[in-house]
Amino acid sequence: MIRLNDLKISYRIGGRTIDAVDGVTLTIPDNCVVGIAGESGSGKSTLMKAIYGDIQSPMYLSRGSIEYGLKGTDGKAVTAENVRKEWFKTISYIPQSSMNSLNPVIRIREQFVDFPGTDSNKKRVLERARAYIGKLGLPPEAMDSYPHQLSGGMRQRMMIALATFFQPELIIADEPTTALDVVVQKDILMLLMELQEEMGNTILVVSHDMGVHYQVTQKMLIMYAGRVVEYGDTDSVFADPQHAYTKMLIDSLPTIGDDSMRGVMASEAGGGGDRAFRVEPNLIEVKPGHFVAQPARQREGVLA
Amino acid sequence: MTFILKTEGLNKTYRLGGIVNAKQVQALNDVNITVESDKPVVIAVVGESGSGKTTLAKTLLRLETPTSGQAIVYDEVVAGKGAIPSKKDFLGLVQPIFQNPFEAFSRYRPVDVYLEETARRVAGMDGVQAEAAVEAALKSVGLNYDDVRGKYTAQFSGGELQRISVARALIPNPKLIVADEPVSMIDASRRMIIINLFKRLRDEAGRSFVYITHDLATAYYISDYVAVMNKGRVVEFGPARKVMSDPQHDYTRLLLSSIPTTTSRWRERKRVAS
Repeated sequence: MIRLNDLKISYRIGGRTIDAVDGVTLTIPDNCVVGIAGESGSGKSTLMKAIYGDIQSPMYLSRGSIEYGLKGTDGKAVTAENVRKEWFKTISYIPQSSMNSLNPVIRIREQFVDFPGTDSNKKRVLERARAYIGKLGLPPEAMDSYPHQLSGGMRQRMMIALATFFQPELIIADEPTTALDVVVQKDILMLLMELQEEMGNTILVVSHDMGVHYQVTQKMLIMYAGRVVEYGDTDSVFADPQHAYTKMLIDSLPTIGDDSMRGVMASEAGGGGDRAFRVEPNLIEVKPGHFVAQPARQREGVLA
Repeated sequence: MTFILKTEGLNKTYRLGGIVNAKQVQALNDVNITVESDKPVVIAVVGESGSGKTTLAKTLLRLETPTSGQAIVYDEVVAGKGAIPSKKDFLGLVQPIFQNPFEAFSRYRPVDVYLEETARRVAGMDGVQAEAAVEAALKSVGLNYDDVRGKYTAQFSGGELQRISVARALIPNPKLIVADEPVSMIDASRRMIIINLFKRLRDEAGRSFVYITHDLATAYYISDYVAVMNKGRVVEFGPARKVMSDPQHDYTRLLLSSIPTTTSRWRERKRVAS
């Protein structure tokens, strides 16, 4: 169980301070897929970076704390201080545009045996890795290739293989399928769901595609202007969205077979960016496990 | 009736690799699409990466020359043998909107300069007319000239900038706008602003669109016709509603079943105890 206590994360740029995440309090249960939605600038990627423990200047933690509730490989509790040592082992990250995150000048197999602190017997690691990528639907030869020799979908599978090889307790996937075609996207998402069920760990999935969230996640976190707008079971959030912004996100998606006008609310909100909706830091529980920022339906004057 | 879009045996072959081990890639393989109508239409071209949809867009925009075959837009040959000789006439008929508006405009010039230049050079207006045309075009996409004047790309959001691209494309009064993945760089919640704008421009301003996308849901939402492409071929073509509610080709079915919808799940999801 991960606990975020009144988390505030800021960036210091020049003389200015920007609060990208502003007062987030949240409990993420074990063994589930949590989706994080929100537009560019809503703070979702910053929050993920902070949970991953990758807080580097100009980004800093200005208030609050993260409790991981995880045990590291050495049996000690994971804290914000030692989380870096647990990267890839207890907590791993599938970055945005991760297709391009593989080192282009060395073979894939070198990247597998390259982790610090893995088994010193590289041959044994490689054997295991080869078997593992086979399970993920990759040919064993892919291990001996350079990244450019693989297709985008294969590279994405490879990144998932790297991120899940040590069966981490927590995986953060930042837009894991954004650059992929629908057919490949479905394969990758199915793979992620299967792996999660097998490992029983927690996966945080950042995506701006509400369809992806509906398919993959069990819990949904909606962010807006650095704050949590809504948080609850995916079914509950989709069936009965509480906040106007959540409604807009769901409404913005056209469906095949449905000819109704879509995106009307988005047009109204227009270019208002992070001012079109008001989001207060306090959450109220409207149903068991379904939280919404207060006040639920209040909106400021619409900006064109 | 007008041939809004007609391609006849359109082929495009790219040559890859060196002199010895050159490979031929057939990006367009005998593409035949005919849309004849009196009313303006939106024609969606859908498919995965490498399906040839962008090559088709580039051919219609004259950024690529077809290896063989022809393309006709509003009864005029725009690509292939006998194409309209003048670039200016062509740009008065067909205008592009590209995927990434941040790359379509230079970072180092105010964006309104592009609009004004389009008005002067392509539409042949003088200063006063150009100013009025830019203002009208921006207004039709829901923006004020005063909010745009003198600003650079970094001062806009992706959605705003894409609306400015649409405004620019409207200035020469084209009959057809070719939009290549116009919303894939825009936040999902704001995409429909652009999509609804296309719809409005079709219904109220009489523009036709070729909408290149891999997003079948938005294609269904705005299109009158859809062409499904796979490996350089058009595997299915017809009225959008018909193709997407009753797909005939396996590939179309595969694409449709891969869309992550919010109505039915691919896989059962367990409830989590909170």
